Amino acid sequence: MANGTMAKTENFRSWFMDKLLMGMTWPEYMRALITPFNVVAAIILAVGLPLIALRFYVGLSLVTHSSNEYPWGLFLGWGLFGGVPLSATGFVMATAYYIFGFKKYHHLVRLAVLTGLLGYFFAVVYLMTDLGRPWRIYYPMGVAFGTASVLFLVAWHVATYLTVQLVEFSPAILEWLKSRRIRKWALRVTIGMTIAGIILSTLHQSALGAMFLLAPGKVHPLWYSSYIPVLFLSSSVYAALSMLIVVSALAARFLRDKCGKSFLNNLPRLTLGLGKGAAIAIYVYFAIKVIALAHDNNWHLLNTGYGYWYLVEIFLLVLAPALIYSLGVRKASVGTVRFAAFLSVFGVIMNRINISIISFNWNLPNHLQNIIPPWKEVAVVMAIATLHILIFRWILNRMPVLREEPDYEESH
Amino acid sequence: MARTPKKPVADEKNAAAKGDADRLDAAAQKGISRRCFLGTVTAVGASAVIGNPSRLNAAGEFAGWPNRFGMLTDLTACVGCRSCEKACNEANNLPRPSTPFDAASVFNDKRRPDAKAYTVVNRYEDPKDKNKFIYRKLQCNHCNEPGCATACPIHAYNKTPEGPVTYNEDLCFGCRYCMTACPFYVPAYDYESALEPKIVKCTMCYGRVKAGGIPACAEACPTGAVTFGKREDLLKHAREKLSKNPGRYIDHIYGEKEVGGTSWMYISGVPFDSLGFPTNIPNRPLVEETKGFLSAVPLVFTVWPALFGMCYAALRHRDEADKEKAETEKNEEVINNG
Repeated sequence: MANGTMAKTENFRSWFMDKLLMGMTWPEYMRALITPFNVVAAIILAVGLPLIALRFYVGLSLVTHSSNEYPWGLFLGWGLFGGVPLSATGFVMATAYYIFGFKKYHHLVRLAVLTGLLGYFFAVVYLMTDLGRPWRIYYPMGVAFGTASVLFLVAWHVATYLTVQLVEFSPAILEWLKSRRIRKWALRVTIGMTIAGIILSTLHQSALGAMFLLAPGKVHPLWYSSYIPVLFLSSSVYAALSMLIVVSALAARFLRDKCGKSFLNNLPRLTLGLGKGAAIAIYVYFAIKVIALAHDNNWHLLNTGYGYWYLVEIFLLVLAPALIYSLGVRKASVGTVRFAAFLSVFGVIMNRINISIISFNWNLPNHLQNIIPPWKEVAVVMAIATLHILIFRWILNRMPVLREEPDYEESH
Repeated sequence: MARTPKKPVADEKNAAAKGDADRLDAAAQKGISRRCFLGTVTAVGASAVIGNPSRLNAAGEFAGWPNRFGMLTDLTACVGCRSCEKACNEANNLPRPSTPFDAASVFNDKRRPDAKAYTVVNRYEDPKDKNKFIYRKLQCNHCNEPGCATACPIHAYNKTPEGPVTYNEDLCFGCRYCMTACPFYVPAYDYESALEPKIVKCTMCYGRVKAGGIPACAEACPTGAVTFGKREDLLKHAREKLSKNPGRYIDHIYGEKEVGGTSWMYISGVPFDSLGFPTNIPNRPLVEETKGFLSAVPLVFTVWPALFGMCYAALRHRDEADKEKAETEKNEEVINNG
């Protein structure tokens, strides 16, 4: 009897060490945690997390400078509108791999799905930080239906798609937990989930843009366009490819020991391939952007302050990355392609911030002073972003994402 | 029923209002009878079969609830006494402000309705005469097809058949999309409340209107600058004023057409943009801006599975064809070698 209990305890301990402490003992693990990166992360969290907690005691005014004219700030501009296009990785790569048959990218599909899954999860975290009563988040799904609202569509789709991505990523979790039977079942629904992912992503990526269609007098005419849903969707495609180049480069650099050999060997070649795709996607986006400008006949606005900023966006943050991509692909230079990817990711975030913050309410007096965020809002954003990175790393350290689990290698 | 003789329009409208409210109530109680419903279905079906293009074109247009009420602010009559602010504060049990309602010091800043005030009056220099002032009362305009209601994912807003746009805080989760969508910057949010923040905005005294009364601000206005009545009557009244006094008014009724028309309308002696009114907004309701996008949604749901399913089928087909080809070649090799 006593022996049985001991054996069980020993089993649990070895499971715990194997799965959660990456094979180390507690003291070893704790010592391994003290790194310069972790110390900085801990400081950021120590400032930001108490602020989030205090918000539920003092009110939203503590953490945001949102006002009656400016209902949305960095939480949504950065976290939701900026985060969701970068999280299109899952849908873009799953489509390329499962539907269009780009088989050689299978090393990257799991990383892409995980990037998407966590990206959406944290977009929801940012949203819940911003909501007045976040505990009512399920209201659009169960209490009352605003069917004419674009946000109603976004709420449903983000919730559904989060579930879809969890199912898409579940084989990795199940391999980690060595649950063969459920894994088999999870793999069976892959194609269905992928197509559901395409539908949901097409609609809510564009819907995030369509949300601004209700503010024709507030968004600057250079950014307000009836093409805005298409612009949001098409930019999410190159945002996803660029984000995957960035994330895979960072993983190969900082988590090299967690990467499988074939992942590392194939990454340069795959990065060039992704770069080629991203370049084409940016050219498409750039063309639609010009068509939108011509459609609204807004050329005369280019020679204004906002016009110059608009030109900076479309030339330095859209066209330039595309040209650098093309150059990198032609010269087969992985470094050049990665630089273009960083610039594109920055460009997409900038575009969403331009629409939701910088050009929003452009005609109000003192607009550019009004939009400068206070330190507390920045601190909360940094804390959530840090949490995002830490959880991402936690999963990459443990689950078979950058490498293949030896027992399952043949089953792709 | 008779009130002070200073505001004949308000009284006249009040009497009319009560009658209309009764009628509306009766109509609401009756609801749509089955016969009426069947008749409509038959008519729609028949017109679809026979084909009546003019009727089809008319379908989908919402001209607004018939007999809805509205308000008319005559900016040339407002003297900035802020009686309306005081009456509103009392009628809606709002917290008393720190500066009293008769203090002129508030006019030094441009104020806006906020979590503690449904309405405020601002002072503007008269562009025609620098020594004179023009006062503008600000509050929810109660659009015919409100952007806030279109934006709300939980249907917390409602355009009532009586005219007022109401908000239900029990449904709201605080996304504040209504504030983004409102072209008049009206809904305010209670950012100070930790656990029960809500949108705050003018209700056009819905309870009073429903009971046959008139909004508190209109009742309190000593100069007749704010009047209440059926929107149609107010429009006629405003047009009459404009045509009788072309020197006094500019030829524009703000709110007649803006974002598809609002229940609250304004007439002025100076251009509206000089008084801070947004003038860069479309004349069609905001819901029209997203209709096209939302109508594409079911299309994506039906076409995408077919399209991408076919791509997948083609991929499978090619894989199988490749496999067969490889096998045939292998067999041929075996035969040739043999």
